Amino acid sequence: MKIVACIKQVPDTTDVRIDPETRTLVREGVESITNPFDEYAVEEALLTKEKYGGEVHVITMGPPQAIEVLKNALAIGADYVYLISDRAFAGSDTWATAYTLAHAIKKIGPVDLVVCGKQAIDGDTAQVGPGVATQLGMPQLTYVSKVREIDLDNKRIVVERMLEDGKEIAQSPLPVLITVVKDINEPRLPSLLGIKKAAKAEIPTWTIEDLPVDKAKCGLEGSPTEVVRIFTPEPRGGGEILGGELAETIPLLIDKLMEAKVIK
Amino acid sequence: MARLLIDEEACTGCEACVEECPYVALEMKGDVVTVNEKCTFCGACVDVCPVEAIALEKEEREGEGLDLKDCKDVWVFIEHKKGKIANVSFELLGEGRKLAGALGCKLSGMLLGEDVEECAQEAIKYGADKVYLTESPVLREYRTDAYAAGAVNLIKRHKPEIVIFGASTQGRDFAGTVATNLYTGLTADCTGLDIDPETKLLRQTRPAFGGNIMATILCQKHRPQMATVRPKVFAMPEKDDSRPGEIIREQLPIGEDEVRTEILEFLKVAETVNLMDAEVIVSGGRGVGGSDDFAVIRELADVLGGAVGASRAAVDAGWIPYEHQVGQTGRTVRPKIYIACGISGSIQHQAGMKTSDIIVAINKDPEAPIFKIATYGIVGDLFQAVPMLTQEFKNRLGR
Repeated sequence: MKIVACIKQVPDTTDVRIDPETRTLVREGVESITNPFDEYAVEEALLTKEKYGGEVHVITMGPPQAIEVLKNALAIGADYVYLISDRAFAGSDTWATAYTLAHAIKKIGPVDLVVCGKQAIDGDTAQVGPGVATQLGMPQLTYVSKVREIDLDNKRIVVERMLEDGKEIAQSPLPVLITVVKDINEPRLPSLLGIKKAAKAEIPTWTIEDLPVDKAKCGLEGSPTEVVRIFTPEPRGGGEILGGELAETIPLLIDKLMEAKVIK
Repeated sequence: MARLLIDEEACTGCEACVEECPYVALEMKGDVVTVNEKCTFCGACVDVCPVEAIALEKEEREGEGLDLKDCKDVWVFIEHKKGKIANVSFELLGEGRKLAGALGCKLSGMLLGEDVEECAQEAIKYGADKVYLTESPVLREYRTDAYAAGAVNLIKRHKPEIVIFGASTQGRDFAGTVATNLYTGLTADCTGLDIDPETKLLRQTRPAFGGNIMATILCQKHRPQMATVRPKVFAMPEKDDSRPGEIIREQLPIGEDEVRTEILEFLKVAETVNLMDAEVIVSGGRGVGGSDDFAVIRELADVLGGAVGASRAAVDAGWIPYEHQVGQTGRTVRPKIYIACGISGSIQHQAGMKTSDIIVAINKDPEAPIFKIATYGIVGDLFQAVPMLTQEFKNRLGR
């Protein structure tokens, strides 16, 4: 099987804090990490390869330093990685990102399975996965919490999808794009040997010239949406600490909650 | 290609832009600011520069897809399951009414399914002037191919200015596909929508970076302008049984053989987890200490008719299934009341719940970060406080 995982480098939002005085993002010590959902995507690609054979390709689009997330993917066992990086891709919204990624996947060749995380933790849109599937003309299965089976002879996959009120068991022909949730697996850690190998690896970079794209559909200009304003929300101030004995504070708390007229 | 232009003469080196940039893309080189390759052209620096030394240059080009001047009306996607409309769709009809009012146009529902005319009538009672309806056995259950084909057909034929969807799993799966097909913009998970009084464009405001920043987004040259909106952001409108409305039917352009995926089975979860719809959520964290101990959390949730949530710590410990996880790698919720029991309130947990109307924190540790965002806090042992709350609510509510 030829499997592609799409991953993104994101700021570790654990470290993102708002300065209460200036109300801007505090950036000191903000590390860049692989989007957590994408770690599950790479792991699922590796597990699928181990079970059914094949090769795992990992792609990311981003600035040159995004190469770090590809090194991590190499260190845990990805066979091929590619950085899609060009100033002309900067400012891409979800439409332009999906368009560019889809062309990179086409360049990799006929694939059987594309795996994405369900969303990235910086943008939280969950739109790029469905966008890539649509651009590739592939069916999509989103919010996958388990791959039940892949039938390579009949080119079919059966998965469990995590919906609000239960699990949907769905099947699709291959090739297919799936987006995965956290429950699907436990991402492995890189071995020392893997880290050493990844550190020495030459990672190919694809620029806009390397992809058969319509340049007008890339980057900021190709993006239907644009951000016109960024602001920090009103900080949610700490409220009232109800001090004293529980015998007094519990009825007081209930009084306050009943005032909201939600509990009937 | 776009460029960020910095007027080195005008730049006073005040560093206001450096502070503002969410992407760490601006740095000082001597007395003036320079831009590095991390820039995403978000424009935050342009707005903040006191001397207008920064400008965003972008090549103007015509949009594709629907012609701008042909488009009118606000549409709401009417999501339903087995003939029952999702609450978020009603909420969006209420908000859509306001947007249509600001634009002076009609509000329409977009409905797909099998034998769902009753839903169309229901949408009209909740504010739709028209409902564009496609019925087919192929649409009995939601599947991306079938629903997207139906929606793209309706949108291309009737050319709405704006289409809004609930940000449910279905809405997000669906809207992303429809927008890609139409080559138009889609803004995810909006918490605010309004019409710019001058340009008449839809201003779409949404949280990013785990809710640490808000962004307002426009879709200027592509139509329709599309957004998904989280449940419970907007209020339920009043129902009016006497409202008239029109139903416009169109055929589904594809047949069953063109739908690639198939639903084999649906396993409803034994316990009602539906965190998205719950008005009240009672969540347990590390402080709960074990799976059996989640009983105290469940009892309180039951008395309040609420759902049970959990922090990542409790899920990773195996005390409760992942479906219950609230936070960055779980679900984002917005109930009226969120009661956090034994949850310290990491930034990742906060990302999933801090827009709840009322937050109650019960924790032994007075220094726990959860108290910084809680509306009401009780410093104490959850195993004493939560059962007392349950009992007292039972007494008051007569349950």
